[in-house]
Amino acid sequence: MSTNLHVRDLRLKRGDRTILSGTTFSLSAGGVAALMGPSGSGKTTVLRAIAGLERFDAGTIVLNELTLNAGQRHSRHVLKTLRRQVGLVFQFHHLFEHLSALRNITLAPMHVLGVSASVAERRAMELLEALGVEHRASALPRELSGGEAQRVAIARALAVDPPLLMMDEPTASLDPSRRNELGELLSRLADQNRTILLTTHDEEFARRWTTTILRVNEGVVV
Amino acid sequence: MKKRSARSSLLFSLRVGPHPHALSLGGAASRRCPPAPRSGRRRFPFSLVPCVLSLFCFASALLLFCSSAHAKQQELTWAGDPEGGAPFVEADPADPNRVTGFDVEIAELIAKGISRTPRFLFVPYASIDQAIERGTADIGLSGMEDTPARRAAMATTIPYYAFREVLTVRDGDAGTLRHLSDLKGRRVGTLGGTMAYEILLQAERHYGLRAVSYDDDVHPYSDLLLGRVDAVLLDNVLAERRRKNMTGITVQPEAVATSHYVGVLAARNASLRDAANEVLRSAMGDGTLERIFRKWGVWNDDQPALYAKLVARQPVPPVSMSELDRPIAVATLSRWQATVRYIPSLIRAAAVTLVLSCLAMALAVTLGVLIASGRVYGTAIPRLALTGYVELMRGTPVLLQLFVIYYGLAAVIKLPAFVAALVGLALNYAAYESEIYRGALEAVPPGQLEAARTLGFSERQVLRLVRGPQAFRIALAPMTNDFVALLKDSSLVSVLTVVELTKQTQIFATNLGSWVIPGTLCATIYLLMSLPLSALARRLERQWKAATV
Repeated sequence: MSTNLHVRDLRLKRGDRTILSGTTFSLSAGGVAALMGPSGSGKTTVLRAIAGLERFDAGTIVLNELTLNAGQRHSRHVLKTLRRQVGLVFQFHHLFEHLSALRNITLAPMHVLGVSASVAERRAMELLEALGVEHRASALPRELSGGEAQRVAIARALAVDPPLLMMDEPTASLDPSRRNELGELLSRLADQNRTILLTTHDEEFARRWTTTILRVNEGVVV
Repeated sequence: MKKRSARSSLLFSLRVGPHPHALSLGGAASRRCPPAPRSGRRRFPFSLVPCVLSLFCFASALLLFCSSAHAKQQELTWAGDPEGGAPFVEADPADPNRVTGFDVEIAELIAKGISRTPRFLFVPYASIDQAIERGTADIGLSGMEDTPARRAAMATTIPYYAFREVLTVRDGDAGTLRHLSDLKGRRVGTLGGTMAYEILLQAERHYGLRAVSYDDDVHPYSDLLLGRVDAVLLDNVLAERRRKNMTGITVQPEAVATSHYVGVLAARNASLRDAANEVLRSAMGDGTLERIFRKWGVWNDDQPALYAKLVARQPVPPVSMSELDRPIAVATLSRWQATVRYIPSLIRAAAVTLVLSCLAMALAVTLGVLIASGRVYGTAIPRLALTGYVELMRGTPVLLQLFVIYYGLAAVIKLPAFVAALVGLALNYAAYESEIYRGALEAVPPGQLEAARTLGFSERQVLRLVRGPQAFRIALAPMTNDFVALLKDSSLVSVLTVVELTKQTQIFATNLGSWVIPGTLCATIYLLMSLPLSALARRLERQWKAATV
């Protein structure tokens, strides 16, 4: 489980507005990297482009053997391969509203990886325990606090075991003690040779818990 | 003169302006008008203008009402249904704003005889008794049958025409299907709510035939040629009219029953009925009626015999049966007995309504999901085609669609009535359902879909596991609403000979001569069917809302 990510000269315009204007960076396997920059600098767009949710006008994204090219709609095969390698935790979590925390985590292993329900549930409970929210397994998303929802969302992303885990503003809704818990969790995940790429405005968190800081300004890593 | 002078004085009092009478319009009017500005100069109180205008309008309306009420006294309003067509009542081909037919001429004859002006009022055939009862018209004349029920509940005139209920069959069956007793296991069509239908219901029990009810007197004959029914039982006047226009059918000479056409008045209008009777007797004696019926080509030997008895003031029984016992006259039973007699048929009809609605809804939901998915996920051409389908089905009446499926397509595919009704309702409701589902699918937050995609779900899995279940919760309330609407719209399928709850109620009401008991029973059964459904939907909605809010 290792990954090499190369983002090269990524460019994206929406109408007259330039979102990305040549974003370039590379990440090697393992470690926690933070994309930092002011609001509107294109941090989230970079994550979405890497996750295959956003098309871009120019540049390439190379993830191990897989290349995402500009301008074109990614093929079903490319997306399928990509999503085996990339997990994304959204800023607002987007847990499936109609399913319990446990079912949120077991859904993808069962239907994407073809894992049996019992195995998926056992693995989901292990993840919830590791993240300290096993007691909320049967709760619905609306019943979870912000921190609990975030940990369930992380567990959901980890359930399909992606080598690259991306997190959009994971510290935004956490108090200082919860941020430290998150930092410890990310370190543990990185120790398992998983690559973490997150966006944050929290300078202190980034200095303490990440191994690489990438500063983005007006769509360019500086 | 009286009215004119009253209006003049009223106008005068209004023109004066701040007249004492205009100011004393009453508390409410005074309160609505703001106080006049305080000024030494005398000004016209503009604030009174709306009040004065309102009073003027009210007075004008009152005068119009009084004058029209006076004019009504000079008229004989008669109710008829031009859909029945010639020779009864039909829109005049030369001037479709006028009606023509022997019933039109009889109405004119009676009106003239009592020094009134006839005024025609269109009322559907099945509702004429009720319209007369509630005072919408003075007399109903549209081939109204002389039944024991009608004689008991209404003030009927003396009969003015004798008719025979006759069987019509395909030419090939003319030698074998001559009587009701020959029709065991066969389908026999007729107009619902008529004497012929009552006879067929009895014949179902006696001979094991199957009565098929129609809403008009044209389609029984076209279905006879198509093989959907094996015989038609209707008046000889209607049968002969069809025989002249169609080939391949034979009208059997033997009458199943004989009866008459009468004028129908409200029971409280017995004096008007008596006056009409005198006019009719006189017209029988002086040959006026004979001239009218000869003109319309329906004069025959049955009429002189009838007129002779009526002129001699001899009693004439309403119906004479040749094959079966006299039909049980519902109105001669007590209301309770009649209700007890009709309850099993109402329950059977309710079951038809429920089964039809459930099956049609299930089909509509399935088709609706497919259409909505096609419109949300499909490429341009399927999306355009599906949008066209939805607009076509929503933009044309469901009644028309049912007619096209059952009658229009009969040359291509002869669907049984129930299947045609099911398909028609399902296709129509699928269009509405698809719009609900499309809206619901598009209402699922995009973040939910992106989360599913990043986990590696295919678009089909996103729809099945995430988008669909969430959209279903959004769609549940309007779906329930649609199902309740469908339960009621299913009454339209009676035009395809499917006797469902409303149709059976209409038959019951026509035979009972009142809508009070049948209407109450029918409403109760509809409520019993729809309320549990609404309650179940509300419960599911609450549960799912709690799970997603």
